[in-house]
Amino acid sequence: MSNAILESGAAMADGTPRRGVEQLSMQQALNLALDEVLAANPKALVFGEDCGRLGGVFRVTDGLQAKYGTGRVFDTPLAESGILGMSVGLAMAGFHPIPEVQFDGFAYPAINQIVCQIARMNYRSRGTMPMPITLRVPSFGGIRAPEHHGESLEALFAHVPGLKVVSPSNPHEAYHLLKYAAARPDPVVFMEPKSRYWQKGEVDFDSADPAGSPAGAKVMRAGRHLTLVAWGAMVARCLQVAELAAEDGIDIEVLDLRWLKPIDEAALAASVRKTRRAVVVHEAPLTSGLGAEVAQLITQACFDTLKAPVERVTGFDVPYPSGDLEDEYIPNIDRILFGIQRVLEYKRG
Amino acid sequence: MDTLPSPFSGNDAGQLSGPRSEPLTAEQLRELFSLMVAVRHLDSSAIAWQRQGIIPGYAPELGQEAAQVGSGYAVDTTRDFVFPTYREMGVARAMGVDMVAYMSTHKATWHGGLYDPLQSRLAPIQAVVGGSVLHAVGWAHGQTLDQKDGVAMTYFGDGASSQGDIHEAMNFAAVMKAPVVFFVQNNGWAISVPTERQVAGGSVAARAAGYGMPALRIDGNDVVAVVEATRRAFAHARAGNGPVLIEAMTYRRGPHSTSDDPGRYRSLNEERDDAGEDPLERFRRRLLADGVADEAFFAEALAAAKAEVEHIRAGIQALGSRPGTEMFDLVFQETTPALQAQAANWREESEHV
Repeated sequence: MSNAILESGAAMADGTPRRGVEQLSMQQALNLALDEVLAANPKALVFGEDCGRLGGVFRVTDGLQAKYGTGRVFDTPLAESGILGMSVGLAMAGFHPIPEVQFDGFAYPAINQIVCQIARMNYRSRGTMPMPITLRVPSFGGIRAPEHHGESLEALFAHVPGLKVVSPSNPHEAYHLLKYAAARPDPVVFMEPKSRYWQKGEVDFDSADPAGSPAGAKVMRAGRHLTLVAWGAMVARCLQVAELAAEDGIDIEVLDLRWLKPIDEAALAASVRKTRRAVVVHEAPLTSGLGAEVAQLITQACFDTLKAPVERVTGFDVPYPSGDLEDEYIPNIDRILFGIQRVLEYKRG
Repeated sequence: MDTLPSPFSGNDAGQLSGPRSEPLTAEQLRELFSLMVAVRHLDSSAIAWQRQGIIPGYAPELGQEAAQVGSGYAVDTTRDFVFPTYREMGVARAMGVDMVAYMSTHKATWHGGLYDPLQSRLAPIQAVVGGSVLHAVGWAHGQTLDQKDGVAMTYFGDGASSQGDIHEAMNFAAVMKAPVVFFVQNNGWAISVPTERQVAGGSVAARAAGYGMPALRIDGNDVVAVVEATRRAFAHARAGNGPVLIEAMTYRRGPHSTSDDPGRYRSLNEERDDAGEDPLERFRRRLLADGVADEAFFAEALAAAKAEVEHIRAGIQALGSRPGTEMFDLVFQETTPALQAQAANWREESEHV
């Protein structure tokens, strides 16, 4: 990886937030955000498997141990339940843990600690033991990885009372959403789209979000005819689709949901009241996926104005396939266009 | 079960650094007895309350008074922190936790209990078997990072020792040299499954060697041995030597819970044979023989226990339900629009306001 970020990061050792605009990859943007969080909050800790000396298998924590020491950025034994269970105790002791689960599928061995402990401790302790834990999970598919390295767990996390869930779609979002999530007093599952780690984009340091608070959804492209709702890596794909559709005179709005819990119902309603048509796109399997929740929220808010049922373009109800087949599984441009076509051509019975 | 000589009968007491703690004074011995009587009386009363419909359920600890009171007594509540399961009433009492607030979990008022865990130095009551053991490791590692000298003590049983989290916790603690005391109450039974069908090798303490961790296997029915072992373990961990495991051999004389029927898996004869001598009666005879206490003191302790339990019963019965809004308000520190909407609907449709 490029060391530019580390060199410039080292020059900002006082943790002063950056100014201006820079071209960064998502990996660099996340690294910078963690750097600033560690500098600003002496109780913030970064840890997980290979997070220290190696800098993480995706190098998101690169250079942080050298800068902040082995007390604040450290390697743990290889046990996800241990990492998350330990995070609970550290949070009880007043720390802000930022643990990493190395890959999405490895959150499963920690599910008991995530669901039964992290998500419930604030409730169980009647608010006396908040769990300000920012759980970073490299997520979703698209990198030809082994089994359990391409899972989309957002519906599972979003279903658990007590968890909040967010996924950035580009470097700018990654930088601002991670800083925002790591300042929250509640547990946030931070799903990083691993297929987007190396794509560069503009990060505007001065503005968390010209369109509003980093707490809600964000219109990434305004349009009049149909709303594509997506998150994570699917946002970039939907923006591509919108450009292609524009050639045919179809003006598509792309809404980056960003927060998968809580879902920004007002933003969904505002967009679809305008476009009167919606397609939800996600990598996770169809059945009981988050697309169903989004479709219901849209239907509830916009039933009178909808011109067609909300369509879903998603992964299939199959175990995430091996690399050779993952392009068949992940919603591609053609499948999203077919979904759009079904909505546009819908005729009332 | 083997009868274990006391204390430090199992192994490795010599691995623990530092001198033995001061012997308990006569006053402390009497205090321990009073605590055990209070716990015994509250325990048996809670079963009666369940039968009377005052509380919906309870997990008795009959027979484990010495292990619980002795270990809880060794805690320094100005700096240490304890992570219980759902059967640590005696520990809570010995630590001075508000017992109405503690017992409220059995009244079904609030899962974690109504006591303030930070002030009490007792984490919320934990229903997941082995669920809080890793939390103790995290809390203890926080002490290291903050350069403080608190020690975390975490409780689990022979049944929980089968859980993967227990292995992860012991390994993490040993790798990080975290100041943790793993206090295992081996009470012979995990609901209906006996230790020999649960713990391969027969000893949880023996596993500590694999983590390079000292372990004490003690007679958990000897309250003095329990206090001494726990104090030594705390001193060892506090001095920066890493975690210690104590396996206190005891016996669950009652059912697993008020819903359990031990007659389906063990006979009364087996119970009699395996339980050994009642730890409370054993301590009473010892105090008498040593001239530390007399019958008048025992009568006084029992009267005090009865008064205390009566006070707790009144407190429990006076507890109303928590307001339903707490269901919504205590999920997050920063609530969500969806939760606010659900709370508003609930109020409108359930409270008609």
